[in-house]
Amino acid sequence: MNQNVTTRSLNVDGREVPINGERNLLEVIRKAGIDLPTFCYHSDLSVYGACRLCLVEIEGRGIQGACSTPAEPGMKVRTQTAEIREIRQIAIELLLANHNQQCPTCPKNTACQLQDVARKLGIRKVRFKPLHEPEPLDETSVSLVRDPGKCVLCGDCVRFCAEIQGIGAIDFAFRGHDAAVLPAFGLGLGEGECVNCGQCAAVCPTGALSPRPEVDAVWQALHDPAKTVVAQVAPAVRVALGEIFGLPPGTVSSSQLVTALRRLGVAKVYDTAFSADLTVVEEAHEFLQRKASGQRLPQFTSCCPAWVKFAEQYFPDLLPNLSSCKSPQQMLGALCKAILPAELGIPRRDLVVVSIMPCTAKKFEAKRPEFARDGLPDVDHVLTTQELGRMIEEAGLRFADLEPGSFDLPLGFKTGAGIIFGNSGGVSEAVLRCAVEKLTGQSLANPDFYQVRGEAGVRFADLSVHDTRLRLAVVHGLKNARILAEKVRRGEHALDLIEVMACPGGCVGGAGQPVSRGAAARQSRARGLYDADKHLELHKSQENPFVTGCYQRHLGEVGGHEAHQLLHTRYENRRSPAPSEPPAHGTL
Amino acid sequence: MTHTPKPDCAGRRLTKIRDILDRHGRRASRLVPILQAVQEEYRYLPREVLTEVAAALEVSPARVFGVATFYSHFAIEPKGKHLVKLCDGTACHVKDSIPILEAIRRRLGLKAGQRTTSDRLFTVETVACLGACGLAPVVVVDDQVHGQMTPESAVQLIEDVLAREVAP
Repeated sequence: MNQNVTTRSLNVDGREVPINGERNLLEVIRKAGIDLPTFCYHSDLSVYGACRLCLVEIEGRGIQGACSTPAEPGMKVRTQTAEIREIRQIAIELLLANHNQQCPTCPKNTACQLQDVARKLGIRKVRFKPLHEPEPLDETSVSLVRDPGKCVLCGDCVRFCAEIQGIGAIDFAFRGHDAAVLPAFGLGLGEGECVNCGQCAAVCPTGALSPRPEVDAVWQALHDPAKTVVAQVAPAVRVALGEIFGLPPGTVSSSQLVTALRRLGVAKVYDTAFSADLTVVEEAHEFLQRKASGQRLPQFTSCCPAWVKFAEQYFPDLLPNLSSCKSPQQMLGALCKAILPAELGIPRRDLVVVSIMPCTAKKFEAKRPEFARDGLPDVDHVLTTQELGRMIEEAGLRFADLEPGSFDLPLGFKTGAGIIFGNSGGVSEAVLRCAVEKLTGQSLANPDFYQVRGEAGVRFADLSVHDTRLRLAVVHGLKNARILAEKVRRGEHALDLIEVMACPGGCVGGAGQPVSRGAAARQSRARGLYDADKHLELHKSQENPFVTGCYQRHLGEVGGHEAHQLLHTRYENRRSPAPSEPPAHGTL
Repeated sequence: MTHTPKPDCAGRRLTKIRDILDRHGRRASRLVPILQAVQEEYRYLPREVLTEVAAALEVSPARVFGVATFYSHFAIEPKGKHLVKLCDGTACHVKDSIPILEAIRRRLGLKAGQRTTSDRLFTVETVACLGACGLAPVVVVDDQVHGQMTPESAVQLIEDVLAREVAP
């Protein structure tokens, strides 16, 4: 019997390390303070064991992948031997041989794990010749760019799309040296089931998948004297942008962000949290109407464009249950294009609305044909947090030293309810802050609804407000959404309101945010948004005086005709293929 | 000769696919035998059929495409009326199978990467080993095995098929 069994520890490079329910040997080794390199290991995804970088020597067993080996008491593990070092170096050299090495022009330059590992392993020379011809970029998607020449076949994107989003828009195809990660039938990413969430790009260790940039178009508009550029900034951007400039995740940097945008040449800086307040007022009204009539319940939120496309593809029968409210981005875009030309005295075609979003799917949303009038889109360009960071860097602005600035009024004034929209659970909480007051007719003393906050992928809350019972579900990750929506479809789950966000943790974990590994950064960003809510004067959307003013001046009644014209939308059945029903006049 | 349904017989096609799916209990774990049955029916795996198989099994089309392209048995493009398989296993390879392949491809005017002639008369494939190493190099035309081939004799096999096509 092994004497270490009772203490439950194993030996890593001569040091005893306790085992505490870790998933595998790799996690034990990392806990011991040794960062074994990996491409294909993500704690949220299944273990794949393909990249062969986390190899270790286990006494009596030889060389094994640490990620795919369970930790066992008494193991004697060596992480550094001459043989392991050589194997790792060859693995990286082989990857580099087939890799398009135009690093300085790569979107992942300096954030690339292949670069990082090659540097750490001291690779100075690649002894192998490339096997592949250069392949063209896949630019069929408005949200993402796929560069097959940079794929290392780790499968992180494949597993994220299938395991977390429940879609499987891309997968391994062909085999041997022809193996590639491809959308079905070798089509482009923009031609299939991809919902543009971009999490494939967020987990991609290299530049094989990246958000599709719109920086050039925005510079062009900014440099055009005939154009007036206004910007809107989503809540989640302000707690992440600072990371690019060395600030810790979760630092609220709205004031520098506003100044940076003005210095880049933006005429007005508005806050998407303002239109989130507007969304809350409209969506709560819609929800209470449905609740009163008992129709089209549960109501699904519609702020997340990846979820909307997902629902259009897989749950067309549930589309009547989606809130008809436009997302905050599109509400603000529509408002800007409706009211600013007159206020600023400029032709509508010379007004350019640029959104700064944590999200790649917002790029797709802005290009949906229903969000344009007379050929002019309500939102002209969507920049991710990453792209704004690059523009600030390009302009040479020292971000941390920028003097504080504040958002322009009226479309830049928000309450805390609009701010927490960026967190999973935030939309539900903001709607509750409004709906509960409407139901009771009394002011809520404490606006916080901790029942809907948290990290879990599916959360339920059950509230009683006077005689009304409100049953809520909050989900993030589209696979979770699929499971819940199937239950709703089968009538197994009686619910009133379901909030869906595609990305882990909600928009704070969006694929347009600065590259980060693991959940820690997005958890800090989420705390940042809840703190920002605390620090604001107002916490309920219905108390936003500029929202009220907006109804008085432009929108009429809440849920009324004008409001519907500007703030509501419709959805499209994207089911593909048509269900395999027998043809009506089949010649069988 | 396998019967190939006309592509416009949508109703018939759906029934065929549904029969195949039902025979396998519409289970995702039966994907490979389902694809085999589809290929037997159509001689290749048409994209629309793969899409329907994916929907029926609740597997993503990209995964079905991945499985269909992993196995060399499966073809995602229509094959020609006549199938020419050239063995490029070790024995055939050292007995100069590649010049035979080049001669056949040249005779049929196949461009790089093209396996089926544009008139869909011939598909030319290489296979790893046919287990007839004693006859190396080996060419199989429509299930007829021909041993000890040379580029000239292999091209003659093509000419023979063409002659039969012209004068039925």
